[in-house]
Amino acid sequence: METLHHTPLHAAHNKLGARMVPFAGWDMPVMYSSILDEARAVRNKCGIFDISHMGRLYIEGEDALALLQRTTTNDVGTLGLGKAHYSLIPNPEGGIIDDIIVYRVGPSRFLVVINASNSDKDIDWLKTHASSGVQFNVVTNDTVMIAVQGPDAVDLVARTLKSPEVKEIDRFCFAPLEFAAEGSKFAITACRTGYTGEDGFELIAPADAGERLWGSLMEQGAVPCGLGARDTLRIEAGYPLYGHEIDDFTSPVEALLMWAVSLTKGEFIGRESIVSLKAGKPTRKLMGLKSVQRMQPRQGYTLFSNGEKIGTITSGTFSPVNNLTLAMAYVDSWAAVPGTVVQIQVRDKYVDAEIIPKKAMLQFAR
Amino acid sequence: MATTPEDLKYSKTHEWVRIEGGVVTIGITDHAQAELGDITYLDLPEPGRLLQFDAQFGEIESVKAVSELFSPVSGTVTEINSSIIDHTEVVNEDPFGQGWLIKVELSDSSELAQLMTAEDYVKFAEAGAH
Repeated sequence: METLHHTPLHAAHNKLGARMVPFAGWDMPVMYSSILDEARAVRNKCGIFDISHMGRLYIEGEDALALLQRTTTNDVGTLGLGKAHYSLIPNPEGGIIDDIIVYRVGPSRFLVVINASNSDKDIDWLKTHASSGVQFNVVTNDTVMIAVQGPDAVDLVARTLKSPEVKEIDRFCFAPLEFAAEGSKFAITACRTGYTGEDGFELIAPADAGERLWGSLMEQGAVPCGLGARDTLRIEAGYPLYGHEIDDFTSPVEALLMWAVSLTKGEFIGRESIVSLKAGKPTRKLMGLKSVQRMQPRQGYTLFSNGEKIGTITSGTFSPVNNLTLAMAYVDSWAAVPGTVVQIQVRDKYVDAEIIPKKAMLQFAR
Repeated sequence: MATTPEDLKYSKTHEWVRIEGGVVTIGITDHAQAELGDITYLDLPEPGRLLQFDAQFGEIESVKAVSELFSPVSGTVTEINSSIIDHTEVVNEDPFGQGWLIKVELSDSSELAQLMTAEDYVKFAEAGAH
């Protein structure tokens, strides 16, 4: 049996009584006391998540920019220093190998954050396409990554790091900061990003600072949140998760992720396929769904309109703030009309739900 | 640590039974609610429905999973706890009290002998714990 990786916060999770589960080869907290209480904490105040399982690698060297331009969809050429963007690693057929965040750390130095479940696959793929002018430095095991999310998150990070200037960091920008604890000082990176729909930061710190940073954030009032709450929150915000909304066989066209694809930056792997998929109009589209029924739509459940099959659920969750359920589904393009009431087959029952744009989901979760 | 009241009987499918004359109250155990996590949906039978020992009588759903509810007795449903349908969190908060599920008029009280005592249930639940 494969042994599970531990993040530098593993002992802290056990001390907090977390329920641990295997996730993408890591032993991770799914919840501490209640998934829904943790999700509410993020919507109302501030929650913290250990996301150290996500892959982190520096890509640098004279050909680093060219490599990322060729293997990712967004335009790294126009990405400013100190800025980050969401992007995709496409395959030649226009499918999605992974969705990632690219940070421009220097003119020829980038930090790439990738999904834990795709870590090996992504690194192999990028190395396959890299020239000798590119160096890879995987820092996943040397660092912790903590997401601090919620309406109070920015203030809370400012207090924890004793640096009010974090409030000046714009969305999708990052800055080097310092975390001081018990006489030691640690260099950290604070990026104003997240996966919950709320404001906040994702902090990257040296592994040996992890427990102290986690503890300091808790002292300032942050609520520890597990992967369960993280999943609920990202579904409520209409954000895709690899293996649910996107995979090697879904295109950014049907996933409505073309905002992360630059067709003007020049050639990249998969560009031709994406251009032709876009020209041909997608046969299905990723849409949001909202229902007042409590039964949760789950991945694989079928969607009907007037008895005709029109789609498949990719993710769904109970949304605790307003006692609704929110879900995402691939819906046949002709039926993907916001405002339409459709039926989700939940085991032996049919549950009414309204089609809404993904971007409209979050307002119903607050 | 899960609580397990001494005065109740328990099934292997993690329901509890409170015996009060010919009518019993049924719910899920503290151990079961903790395993499920936040309960969000309950599908309970209508009053009047006939239940069979060890047969499915409903469904309970949490954020993470869907589980079937199995009847620890045979008999007729006399009442359901309608106050929890829109407040499913009560089953998490008070599984042996306000979070009860249904009341059943027994048709065969001899079946009660097949249920476990609190002491046996604790051992059973610990052995199955993962």
